[in-house]
Amino acid sequence: MKAKTLGGAPRRTLTLAATAAFSALALTACGGGTGGGASSSAPAGSPSSSPSASQDLTEGGSSTITMWVDQNRQKPLEPIVKKFQEDTGITVNLTVKDNSKMRDDFITQAPTGKGPDVIVGAHDWIGALVQNGAIEPVELGDKASEFSETSVQAVTYEGQTWGVPYSVENLAILRNTELVDSTPETFDEMLAEGQKAVDAGEAKYPFVVGLDPVNGDPYHLYPFQTSMGAPVFEQAEDGSYDVSQLAMGGEAGTAFAEKLAEYGTEGEGVLNPNMTADIAKEQFNKGDAAYFISGPWNVDGAEEAGIDFAVDPIPSMGEEDAQSFVGVNAFFVSAESQNKLAANEFVVNYLSSEQAQDALYEEGKRPPALTASFDKASSDEVIKAFGEIGENGVPMPTAPEMGAVWEFWGGAQMKIIKGEGDPAQTWEKMVSDIEGNLEK
Amino acid sequence: MSSLSSTPSTAGAHTPDTATGESGTQPGGRRRGLGGASKRGPDGMGGTLSKIILLGLVDAFAVFVMFQLVANEDWLVFGVWLAVTLVINWIYLRRGGLPAKYLAPGLFFLALFQVFVVLYSSYIAFTNYGDGHNSDKSAAIEAIQRSATVRVPDSPTYDATLLEQGGDLFLLTTQDGQAMIGGADMPLEPVEAQMEGDQPTGVEGFSTLNFSDLLSRQQQVGELQVPLSDDPADGTLRTQDGSRAYVYSPRLAYDEAADTFTDSEDGTVYRDNGEGQFAAEDGRTLQTGWQVFVGTENFERAITDPELRDPLIRVFFWTFAFAILSVATTFVLGLLLAITFNRATLKGKAVYRVLMILPYAFPAFLSGLVWSGLLNPEFGYINNTFFGGAEIPWLTDPWLAKVSVLIVNLWLGFPYMFLVTTGALQSLPEDVDEAAKMDGAGAWRIFRSIKLPLLLVSVAPLLISSFAFNFNNFNIIYMLTGGGPRFDDTTLNIGATDILITVVYKTAFSGVGRDYGLASALSIVIFLIVATISAISFNRTKALEEIDS
Repeated sequence: MKAKTLGGAPRRTLTLAATAAFSALALTACGGGTGGGASSSAPAGSPSSSPSASQDLTEGGSSTITMWVDQNRQKPLEPIVKKFQEDTGITVNLTVKDNSKMRDDFITQAPTGKGPDVIVGAHDWIGALVQNGAIEPVELGDKASEFSETSVQAVTYEGQTWGVPYSVENLAILRNTELVDSTPETFDEMLAEGQKAVDAGEAKYPFVVGLDPVNGDPYHLYPFQTSMGAPVFEQAEDGSYDVSQLAMGGEAGTAFAEKLAEYGTEGEGVLNPNMTADIAKEQFNKGDAAYFISGPWNVDGAEEAGIDFAVDPIPSMGEEDAQSFVGVNAFFVSAESQNKLAANEFVVNYLSSEQAQDALYEEGKRPPALTASFDKASSDEVIKAFGEIGENGVPMPTAPEMGAVWEFWGGAQMKIIKGEGDPAQTWEKMVSDIEGNLEK
Repeated sequence: MSSLSSTPSTAGAHTPDTATGESGTQPGGRRRGLGGASKRGPDGMGGTLSKIILLGLVDAFAVFVMFQLVANEDWLVFGVWLAVTLVINWIYLRRGGLPAKYLAPGLFFLALFQVFVVLYSSYIAFTNYGDGHNSDKSAAIEAIQRSATVRVPDSPTYDATLLEQGGDLFLLTTQDGQAMIGGADMPLEPVEAQMEGDQPTGVEGFSTLNFSDLLSRQQQVGELQVPLSDDPADGTLRTQDGSRAYVYSPRLAYDEAADTFTDSEDGTVYRDNGEGQFAAEDGRTLQTGWQVFVGTENFERAITDPELRDPLIRVFFWTFAFAILSVATTFVLGLLLAITFNRATLKGKAVYRVLMILPYAFPAFLSGLVWSGLLNPEFGYINNTFFGGAEIPWLTDPWLAKVSVLIVNLWLGFPYMFLVTTGALQSLPEDVDEAAKMDGAGAWRIFRSIKLPLLLVSVAPLLISSFAFNFNNFNIIYMLTGGGPRFDDTTLNIGATDILITVVYKTAFSGVGRDYGLASALSIVIFLIVATISAISFNRTKALEEIDS
């Protein structure tokens, strides 16, 4: 035992030395490669002979950018990635990442410099991404005019554009055409119309909206709130929000609160706290509801269930237009990317192309942000209707201040809908809670 | 008696490792088995050889990583890595010290996955890491400059060609048909250029960079700012893609010497306020900040801020109630069923047992979602079928919600208890049973005085780990009620069924702003509670064993 252990030691040292030498060689080889690449590019001089360019890139080690995508968007992006590689020699690694974790993981990883170069996500992430210094502004330049106005507005924050938009989502009324013939312009008329179908025994509900039993759903109720003249923040002419001016309070706000109580469980019972999003969808897909407020994400389900439906503008509860929040999906470039030029080239010049936006539309069936692609997609009546209703919508505010609003908004609405306490008081407390939180 | 009782006790001591797998609170004092097994060493030729190969692989990997660390100039991690590698080599190359040889891998992974995590959380607990304090100060300054540098409204687009001379970059463009060149320290000026149509392609003495050259200098291209004229107020030309440039001007100017930002419109000066943000005198702050040490502020907030403290106290007590009741109810039900199905005469036992274990096979978060649907007051199966359509607010009434959570957790948790108690019951000696019967004890007496104590010796460690698990049983709470219904007297999103870990999650990942600092502080508190309780309990069970034997 003794002798063997002694014998082992020098042999192990040898192994160590050999490993060290091997590693050193490997590293030197890499270094040499880089040097070679640089020197070979210098005498080449003459611009853009494509094969040698891509060779240089491969050796230079800067030929790969990483992009986080969710499962659904991986496939439509592959042809664009391939074209990009053929044109520029740059490889794009598509890493599939769960959408719900993407934003937070990206914020955590960006400062380490090891995060991805490009991510895809919702425009309302922008506030938090900018606040944490995680993304780089993207200059759309003249391309901005090729996108729908709302989508460009949505990716604009504090005077800069931060992403390349590709799809637009908003709410509309899904109307069961077998039960009701049209969607009237006011909420009460719509309920009356739906009630006829209920009275005739054809339906169970005149109108359904999905609500979370604890946190309500301010997003789905927002069109009605705007129609009462109580938008979340004051909006400037150019569409940007002034987050220091909460506009939900005042008379318009309390009037909306009274309406919520009126339609809530103690009133007409149209707003039902037990009607979760899943149940509302199920009722509509069973043909038990005449009207359903929802977005393009529920279109597939209704079609599969064999429901004949039309997409109509949202009726007003008050005097003004019912404006839905518009959510925009976009591509963002990391602030800590080591390959900003390549990432920018890919995002601004390739992902904004008609080919890319068409492919993404085919997979996700959301109205494309690029006008040319949208025009093509408009051959589909449903997409066309959603797109046109979205033009009347307002981008969801992206500022981090929105966190404070979401925190109190739904809980207060749900309390009012359940008929707990005085509606006006609950609403005013919510407004003062939000304001108190914004001042912190 | 002693030999009989020691059998289940060793079995019990080892089961938590394999059966539960979730608890980091394994007893430190149970390494007797390891010492016993360590008599034989790798004596033969094969043993030495495999030792050399294994150690060689480890060292090869270590050296490989160290080269990369040196290349990245990451000296601290390099030092730790080097020290660990040396210690590992020393342990395995020296003679003797066998226990260390067996324990080293375990200790290494303990350090990596437990000690490091606890230490890192402790470190975060003393910082203000969270939304708006994501990185260090220099990154924050860069981010502020980046978001404050905006394109001059209605300014034209410049076609750009990048040139290089002596390692510096220059930008070639046209202005009113005239070729212009500029660099970082050289405002745009007219130049004689080689033209291709209207497009300048190069200048004598400069080399034109093509796209691939640009790619190898991406950082430099991104940093290039060419002043439009001698007057800095005119803005600078910058390009993101090397072919188009735009005019930008900063809304905030950073003064490096004074370490301040000045608003170029109204002249407000923002200074480092010592709390990881730039603040003006009227208290306004720039939104991007950086991480700083805040001392015990996070802990103080948890005990002094009434908004946080009052709900936290209720959450604290409910967490204990939830964990204790969960363990008690699942154990009682599991044991009851185990005894029932342990009867030798029962037919079809195998089938029943499989059925019994089914809930255990569902992922907890899935069960949570399914149950929240079943418990819906109007549409749920429970109310519609068992309560004749009564709208019982199972999940939205504060007290009923607590009951619902416990019931669902009972449904989820009893199969585990059923499994372990069945195992323990079957390992109990039959002769004790017979002896007791001979002495005239009834069934209840046998159970209470003989079976239960014997059972507890082997099951007690599992009950403790089950307590630790339920103390942090995030899935069931978050998926069933999301912590709700919310407390009325606080503006924070904390509710009647929230346990400490769900509060930590909400603080860290949702709500007004993510606050990793506070969340880590609360995690540390949880860790201390669970560790203390586990340590005390394990000591007690050890005492139980000794009395017993």
